Amino acid sequence: MNSIIFTAAARLLVALLFVFSLFMLLRGHHLPGGGFIGGLIGAVAFIVYSLACGPAEARLALRITPEVIAMLGLGIALLAGMFSFFLGDPFFTGQWYWVGGDSYETAAFSLNTVLVFDIGVYLVVLGGILSLTYAFEEET
Amino acid sequence: MEALTAIVIGVLTAAAVYLMLARNFMRFLFGLILLSNAVNLTIFASGRMTKGAPALVPYGEDAPLGMVGNALPQALVLTAIVIGFGLLAFTLALIFEGYRRMDTVDTEEMRFAEPKEDSPK
Amino acid sequence: MSWVLVMPIAVPFATAVVAYLARNYPSGRWISLAGSVLSLVASSVLMVAVLGEGVIAAQMSNWNAPFGITLVADYLSAVMVLITAITGLATAIYALGEIPEDTESLGFYALFQVLIAGVTGAFLTGDLFNLYVWFEVMLIASFSLLVIGGGKERLDAGIKYVALNLVSTLVFLSGIGLLYGVTGTLNMADLRGAVADAENQGLMTVIAMMFMVGFGVKAAVFPLFFWLPASYHTPYFAISAVFAGLLTKVGVYALMRMFTLVFVGDIGFTHEILIWVSVLTMFTGVIGAAAQTDFRKILSFHIISQIGYMTLGLALYTPLALMGGVFYLVHHIIVKANLFFVAGLAKQYAGDTDLNRIGGLYKSAPLLAALFIVPAFSLAGFPPLSGFWAKYLIVMAAIELEQWFVAFMSLLVGLLTIFSMTKIWGMAFWKPHPDGIDPTPDRAPVRVTRAMITPIAGLAAMTIVIGFYPEPFVQFAEIAAAQLLDPTQYVTTVLGVQP
Repeated sequence: MNSIIFTAAARLLVALLFVFSLFMLLRGHHLPGGGFIGGLIGAVAFIVYSLACGPAEARLALRITPEVIAMLGLGIALLAGMFSFFLGDPFFTGQWYWVGGDSYETAAFSLNTVLVFDIGVYLVVLGGILSLTYAFEEET
Repeated sequence: MEALTAIVIGVLTAAAVYLMLARNFMRFLFGLILLSNAVNLTIFASGRMTKGAPALVPYGEDAPLGMVGNALPQALVLTAIVIGFGLLAFTLALIFEGYRRMDTVDTEEMRFAEPKEDSPK
Repeated sequence: MSWVLVMPIAVPFATAVVAYLARNYPSGRWISLAGSVLSLVASSVLMVAVLGEGVIAAQMSNWNAPFGITLVADYLSAVMVLITAITGLATAIYALGEIPEDTESLGFYALFQVLIAGVTGAFLTGDLFNLYVWFEVMLIASFSLLVIGGGKERLDAGIKYVALNLVSTLVFLSGIGLLYGVTGTLNMADLRGAVADAENQGLMTVIAMMFMVGFGVKAAVFPLFFWLPASYHTPYFAISAVFAGLLTKVGVYALMRMFTLVFVGDIGFTHEILIWVSVLTMFTGVIGAAAQTDFRKILSFHIISQIGYMTLGLALYTPLALMGGVFYLVHHIIVKANLFFVAGLAKQYAGDTDLNRIGGLYKSAPLLAALFIVPAFSLAGFPPLSGFWAKYLIVMAAIELEQWFVAFMSLLVGLLTIFSMTKIWGMAFWKPHPDGIDPTPDRAPVRVTRAMITPIAGLAAMTIVIGFYPEPFVQFAEIAAAQLLDPTQYVTTVLGVQP
């Protein structure tokens, strides 16, 4: 696509979309958002980029192939589920560590396996969607 | 509201079946998309149509306040939509590849896996 | 206890991730093999646990049934998981010989492991919607495996397979939606009570029929089997073996589970339909096979005819019949996967799978010929191989119910199966090669044939062991059938377990 307006706007859009996707990812679990929708928005960012600059350059910008991203995401999600094994809980039980407090109300923020799982989902969705759309773009 | 949803599901299914009877595989795929939407609507409707807020727990509470919608069918529909999206995208890619190799999307002409008896192998 | 149930699913998934990352290196295939061995260990541990307790259940993420996702294993689930792992290991070894490097680097082993994870998950889940998800995991992996490696034939077969399986999935999914609308639960143990208590039993029968159609397409029963012979003869032999062994059996397993646990309100109607469906499945499958001359097409049609015996075991719905059905399931997975393995090796030697173009294998590959005899005659039901006991149980159950026609048809189909197997024997092994040459695997190094003959020998040995020492296996099937017919323990274990 050779539109100078689109190419110029794409730079801005990609950055905005990507930040928004990370925002959605981190906002998840307590509020609407999460890894799935974040991953979709992130994928849209890269799709906009590939429409503006072509799929070859978009692949370069991604550095690793989308399929590998998706598989890594699957691995991370699996690890998040397996983590509860070490604490004697059933598979996929969320583990929470409150930083600066001992509960939801008092803590400054929390480290939890739920977020790790969401990151895994984010990567799976990002990688899955991009591998499909890049394949289609390269065919045509 | 239930009646309206039921009619929509019926129309979608009818259109889907009509499209899926075509020989052109692209039409079959469109039929499949419509059918998958009809099924998703069925699941959604099976959770009952109620007026209610989204099932979100406000800050500092243990349970949602007031009337909330049934979250389970929504979760099921979301999962079904995602899976359906993945499968249909895969099917589209498959048809595209098939069209490039076989030069046809007409299912009558796709006789490579099961050639006609008299045709040379 | 919960981890015993999780590991058979988690191990193949983890293997898939690692194998995909290593797909461009030779180590990828060894990772897949190691993962399959670990799966076998995990499944054996599960089997031991189930043998001790009868039924075990685990609630995922600490959400109690019927709200969360439950994993359950009773005797039937445990043996299916174990046999899946065994078939997976056999295929992983066979693939070392068959799969070319360019296919490996497309992620073949990762897809294969995801397929195994999907099948295992479908056997272990106790939640209906989760069953749908596992079906989809299994399907998406099978779609990719079917067309991997390209070629017109595979794409053609893939398109038909994908289309018809997607339709069946949608029928299954709308059944789930309606069932949830009526009962308000999707936990299979909880559904047993909820379905029995439902006011509108007529609607329940309608939903039951939707499930029967949905699973019937997966299981390839008459008249919904047409996708199977259209597709199973095109992919790599390792893949068609694992498809033939496992995929249709997931459909049969789902039918067995749903129509013993949940939909038992109108047995006179639903199971009567199943009886006639089974008889027609047996008969059309075997007649279809008689018309074919391609090694794998004959075997594909025989899958259909054998599925009929398994669903017949469910349809007759007596302890003896279900026992036969369970025994048949296990026996058939081993035998059928093995026959497809043999077909692959026969192609390595003779260069084709069309029986008119090959021959002379008995002379040039006597070991392969001997190993073909075992599963082939077991499939046909020759004593004392495993297939004989499986057929014996089913026929005895039919005679016990005085279903003379059904018993007669079972015996007749067995006889026609012998016809097909002797046809393969005569044309591929006995008659001289039409080109007048001695078929030798000159195009393949010894390493390849060795990797391919190992699983064949292993599975043939299992067939012989089950045939000569059927006692423990029959006893196992008896308990599995008793658990299916009286799922009280299943229900209490699922709903009462405290994580």
